[in-house]
Amino acid sequence: MKVAVLRFPGTNCEFDTQYAFEKLGHSTELVWHEENSLPAESDLVVVPGGFSYGDYLRSGSIARFSPVMKAVAAYANAGGKVLGICNGFQILTEAGLLPGALKRNTNLHFISKHQTLCVVSTDNAFLNQCKKGEVLTIPIAHADGNYYIDEAGLLELEANNQILLRYADAQGNSMSINGSVSAIAGICNKQKNVFGLMPHPERALEAILGSEDGVRMLKGFEA
Amino acid sequence: MTAVVNVFLKEGVLDPQGKAAHHALDSLGFEGIKEVRIGKQIIVTLETEDRAKAEAEVKEMCETLLANTVIEEYTIEIA
Repeated sequence: MKVAVLRFPGTNCEFDTQYAFEKLGHSTELVWHEENSLPAESDLVVVPGGFSYGDYLRSGSIARFSPVMKAVAAYANAGGKVLGICNGFQILTEAGLLPGALKRNTNLHFISKHQTLCVVSTDNAFLNQCKKGEVLTIPIAHADGNYYIDEAGLLELEANNQILLRYADAQGNSMSINGSVSAIAGICNKQKNVFGLMPHPERALEAILGSEDGVRMLKGFEA
Repeated sequence: MTAVVNVFLKEGVLDPQGKAAHHALDSLGFEGIKEVRIGKQIIVTLETEDRAKAEAEVKEMCETLLANTVIEEYTIEIA
């Protein structure tokens, strides 16, 4: 698989993301935000975590107007697979490639810890290696992870199985740790080719570092 | 001309910063506070002296970048 990893001023998870996909045997290429196109035959585009443009104005709001994002929108609209992690999720919602928005955490804290998540939908190109209801442990590190969508939007997400992951306790009972509507930690678009989540699967590849649950998540894209 | 843009979270969208400031004011002994909302003010200085043009331009700036209308609302004052 050929994975394109975007890089904006302030991105800081691009090397972790590269490391993760290369460890799984894939080739990766960093793509600077000023590029007008993506590497030919990319199988997956990852918008990694970080603090693009210092989170000025709103997280992701400036990055979404970078030249490369036009190419990402065209790629996504043609059915290409896109994964946004943390700041990448924020950028994809700002760009309108995913519904809803991410607000400041309810407790106003930057939350950085290993978090248990409940797998909600697996009929997609991302979580197909996971089981519905399964509890995964994945690190989170964000201040603006409080997912908001209006009631009509939430019903639509539920009806189309677009909710991927919910924050949960160790038993898998959903628990909104940051104020997210319906405890949502990750979603996909209606066409199920654009994915966004606040947790960092690329940081959960080795048991010695706390969890290797991220492996199965990222491997989903191989199918 | 100068445009003063105020951006706030929409009514009904929880404003965690406003809520925290509200609690802080309560615990400092300020009484009778119904609500505290925190937003941001953006001041845009424009070359044009045409009020209508300025208003239209700034509205477009708000819709495109300055506000995220999924969660925020905005007001524009032209001076």
